[in-house]
Amino acid sequence: MTRLPRWADLVLVPLISLLLAGVISALVILAIGQSPWEALRTMVVGALGSPYAWGYTLYYATSFMFTGLAVTVAFHASLFNIGGEGQATLGGLGVALVCLSFPWPHWTLALPAAMVGAALFGAAWAAIPAWLQARRGSHIVITTIMFNYIAAALIIYLLVSVLKPAGQMDPATARFPEGAHLPQLNEIPLVNLIFDKQVPANVTLFIALIACWLVWVLLWRTRLGYEIRAFGRSEPAALYAGISPFRVTMLAMLISGALAGLMSINNVMGESERLLQNSTEGAGFIGIAVALMGRNHPFGVFLAALLFGFLFQGGAELGLWTTIPIELRTVVQGLVILFTGALDYMVRMMLVPFFRARKLEAA
Amino acid sequence: MDFSTLVQILDSTMRLATPLLLACLAGLYSERSGIFDIGLEGKMLMAAMCTGAVAALTGSVWLGMLAGIGGSILFALVHGLASITFRGNQLISGVALNFVASGVTVLIAQALFRQGGRTPPLSGDARFNPIELPFAAQLADIPIIGPLYSDVLSGHGALVYVALLAVPVTWWVLFRTRFGLRLRAVGENPASVDTAGVSVIRLRYTAVIITGILCGLAGAYLAAGLQTGFGKEMTAGRGYIALAALIFAKWRPWHALMATFLFGFFQALALRPDVIRGTLGFDVPVPALDALPYVLTVIVLAGFVGRAIPPRAGGEPYVKER
Repeated sequence: MTRLPRWADLVLVPLISLLLAGVISALVILAIGQSPWEALRTMVVGALGSPYAWGYTLYYATSFMFTGLAVTVAFHASLFNIGGEGQATLGGLGVALVCLSFPWPHWTLALPAAMVGAALFGAAWAAIPAWLQARRGSHIVITTIMFNYIAAALIIYLLVSVLKPAGQMDPATARFPEGAHLPQLNEIPLVNLIFDKQVPANVTLFIALIACWLVWVLLWRTRLGYEIRAFGRSEPAALYAGISPFRVTMLAMLISGALAGLMSINNVMGESERLLQNSTEGAGFIGIAVALMGRNHPFGVFLAALLFGFLFQGGAELGLWTTIPIELRTVVQGLVILFTGALDYMVRMMLVPFFRARKLEAA
Repeated sequence: MDFSTLVQILDSTMRLATPLLLACLAGLYSERSGIFDIGLEGKMLMAAMCTGAVAALTGSVWLGMLAGIGGSILFALVHGLASITFRGNQLISGVALNFVASGVTVLIAQALFRQGGRTPPLSGDARFNPIELPFAAQLADIPIIGPLYSDVLSGHGALVYVALLAVPVTWWVLFRTRFGLRLRAVGENPASVDTAGVSVIRLRYTAVIITGILCGLAGAYLAAGLQTGFGKEMTAGRGYIALAALIFAKWRPWHALMATFLFGFFQALALRPDVIRGTLGFDVPVPALDALPYVLTVIVLAGFVGRAIPPRAGGEPYVKER
């Protein structure tokens, strides 16, 4: 098969996958008797039409950057971490424990501590599947799925029986102290000139951007990143080069779990300010779509996270203003994963004749 | 726990294990042919919605079941297309189809019935009605065996018995027929099957379609047997539990029966916290019981209960030599 030029591989293939997913979604909307054009308009207005709308889109995008990066790091070691959901859930527990354990005087002190808690708990939840993969050869996909369910059960138990304050009805922790409140975009000087209404997007956005850059540095500018990528490409070659599969598997998964856990800074500390059931809202799974769409590159993850932030917020607007159910966004998410992750060969095959023809003309 | 409580729990074990067993056998065909399928969940969900919708519209559970099988096969074929024809990542394809199913079922159910993404409650002929096994009434009075036969084994919907029959049938197909030999071979070493002049692609598509049919039955039973209609996300992770059972059973049909009944038993117990308290003398939190199948699977995967080795060529797309 003719190889596609690099730019086509990086830009055209994801865009065409997105287009295909969009076309099929439009057909689904038509099939249920609605107007795809009207749906798109509602989504664009509701997710991009005002600073207020952007405040939500960016809030979701922040979460998706973390979970997308988590999947990316594991992917580079050819490990498919489906456990982002569970790791982010546990990260939320870490954040809650840190925030509730101490009467924090100021968020600048609370944030680093909560980040450590989130990363540690997320990494710990990834550590067991990683160890089982590295030492016992158990398939990481299945074990991480199992750990998602175990995490959900654990959090329900903790919220209902341990962490719920006496006298409260709903299963959630107490509210975090005032000093653990993260500034939202409308509370930051200068930025609040744009965001005049209260929005959920908060300082975590900037941490997510730094995380994107750090993951790029890690993967392409450090020895560990080189080892991760070498191991991911070819395990025998990595082994021959003296790279320890156990070490790389463990470290890649720990970093992946920590990144997924860090997401909970955004939703648990930055938005709800207490730990709720199902706090992640499926963001761990969306990370898979974000990583695939972003071609496993931090900059791609950044763009794809924005796209999915738009889809998530736009989908919520659809549920609010039209009769199209909010579940449409799950369909789009699934289709994007299908086309970018499983059918990319098909998309490539569609493009090859086009490039071959051009090559003949040039010759 | 007295005997009559045990009979009640075993009775609900039968009902709860059936969708798990059907889905587990479904996965068995696919994975034995070398196609990993974590999309069992999505196929079951799709089948449950199609069954619920068509049974509600026509009033016939059998038409509903056919629609369910159809919906499930459609998803199975997309998975086949992605993982056999286009040699894509089978795990990613399965994950993707689960998401598509999770959303699209609600969309269709909402468009058809406008009841918040549910299908209308089914009753009468639109459900699988209980079948009394022969002599169930006469044998009921015999101590121990009587209740076990007439209360536990008898009185379930048809698909419960279909699922039980599917176990020996699967064993026979897999280990006593030419098709079964080839199916197992294509999951271990597709090149050898290809060399023998048998089409790898056709074998794998056949396996994937059988998976679709069995998942269809599982979903149909969920919507029209276990419950009275389709509801959002009603599979509740059963596809993954079935996958867990499949690994627990090390890809063997009789062991699949035992594994799914074990997991079904835990599900039945989780519905009766009072019984657990009475038996053990202390409270076991319900979430702990819910998590038990997943914890067990991790322990099995860790190889502490004998190693679970999947079919060798599983997950690898086959590229014909040129």
